Amino acid sequence: MAENAAMMHEFLIKAAGLGAIRGERVLFSDLSLEVKAGEALVLRGANGAGKSTLLRMLGGLSRPDAGAVERPVRHHWIGHRNGLKPHETPRAHLTHWGRVWGSNANAREIAGQMGIERPFDVAGRLLSAGQKRRTAIARLLLADRPLWLLDEPFSALDTQGKALVTALIDKHRASGGAVIAALHGEAPFEATGEVQL
Amino acid sequence: MRSPSPLRAAFRQALGEAWAGGAGVLLPIGFFAGAAMLVPFTVGSEASQLSSIGTGILWVALALASLVSMERVFQADLEDGVLELWAQEETPLFLVAAAKIIAHWLVSGLPLVLLTPPIGIALQVDPGALVPAMLAYGLGGLAFFLWGGVAGALAASVARGGLLISLLALPLFVPTAIFGALATIEGPGGPSLLFLSATTLFALSIAPFAASAALRLAVD
Repeated sequence: MAENAAMMHEFLIKAAGLGAIRGERVLFSDLSLEVKAGEALVLRGANGAGKSTLLRMLGGLSRPDAGAVERPVRHHWIGHRNGLKPHETPRAHLTHWGRVWGSNANAREIAGQMGIERPFDVAGRLLSAGQKRRTAIARLLLADRPLWLLDEPFSALDTQGKALVTALIDKHRASGGAVIAALHGEAPFEATGEVQL
Repeated sequence: MRSPSPLRAAFRQALGEAWAGGAGVLLPIGFFAGAAMLVPFTVGSEASQLSSIGTGILWVALALASLVSMERVFQADLEDGVLELWAQEETPLFLVAAAKIIAHWLVSGLPLVLLTPPIGIALQVDPGALVPAMLAYGLGGLAFFLWGGVAGALAASVARGGLLISLLALPLFVPTAIFGALATIEGPGGPSLLFLSATTLFALSIAPFAASAALRLAVD
């Protein structure tokens, strides 16, 4: 299992001396972090402080303007955009990414777990913001990947949805996974570290 | 090399997306037929005159029609956040880009090739030459779509980048247009068809890498 493989690594992600420049402004500099199995790191900061930028660097989407990221394990990405196409139903979305990741998971079961069984065959453009978010988060359950990078995972979710995602994060950490999440407000899970930007 | 299943999934998703709007198939066809059908009205319906320029008109119409729906191919992925998911996968992004362009060509490009004989007849082109010419139009169309894909990737982060795509892609069409036009005049035995194939192979070997480099920049 991937989770056991995660246990064998000393860390799941490590960044040293990271720096980001936007235009003429330094967003952050000399930022270092390390996340081990079971940990949860919360990224905090005002709008525009660079939370998403940092997360994109950690995921390998943006090249750091300084420093380097080391990521020995595979990761899941829940960005600020959901990755759901307007014509795509939750069924098509989960089946598609299941194929990409060679997953044997049952898309309908996962949809049931995320409470999107009812709109399972409804096109993305007709879903509510919360249902779209739940569909994106359901990707986390398709394949076992030790590291989760989450950008505002609770946005658009109702109370029940928040509780669901919190439970997922707790379970993931208990089985040796780790989470890095950019958040506004209180973290509903117990964070082991915090980066203030 | 990992199993090709991620690529098959990318290809399948791209096919689904091209079909989903409906416009992916019908818009280029309508544009192609409309552009070609304007010619008899502008240069006159004299049979000898039309037949001498007919195959060339088809090339121009094919080149323009191949760009009609290119704007959304990569831009939609960027806006939906699908591109940032692909960019973090182990599957090389150039293969995903190639799968998307080829899927787009199958849905929007191949129907144009099948349409060249009826439009050719309307343009007084020798009917005997039309069916062999479809091979040349097919090869040339694929090259047009590949270069159009590079331009589409470059313009992905530009709002209303349609015009930019044309400006970027049309100069790249020149070698294909030259050898394509010669090949349709010479017929299937001539050397120009080989040169046309060479331009398509060149596009096939360069365009996926160029498109993926552009997409990496767009997603950053």
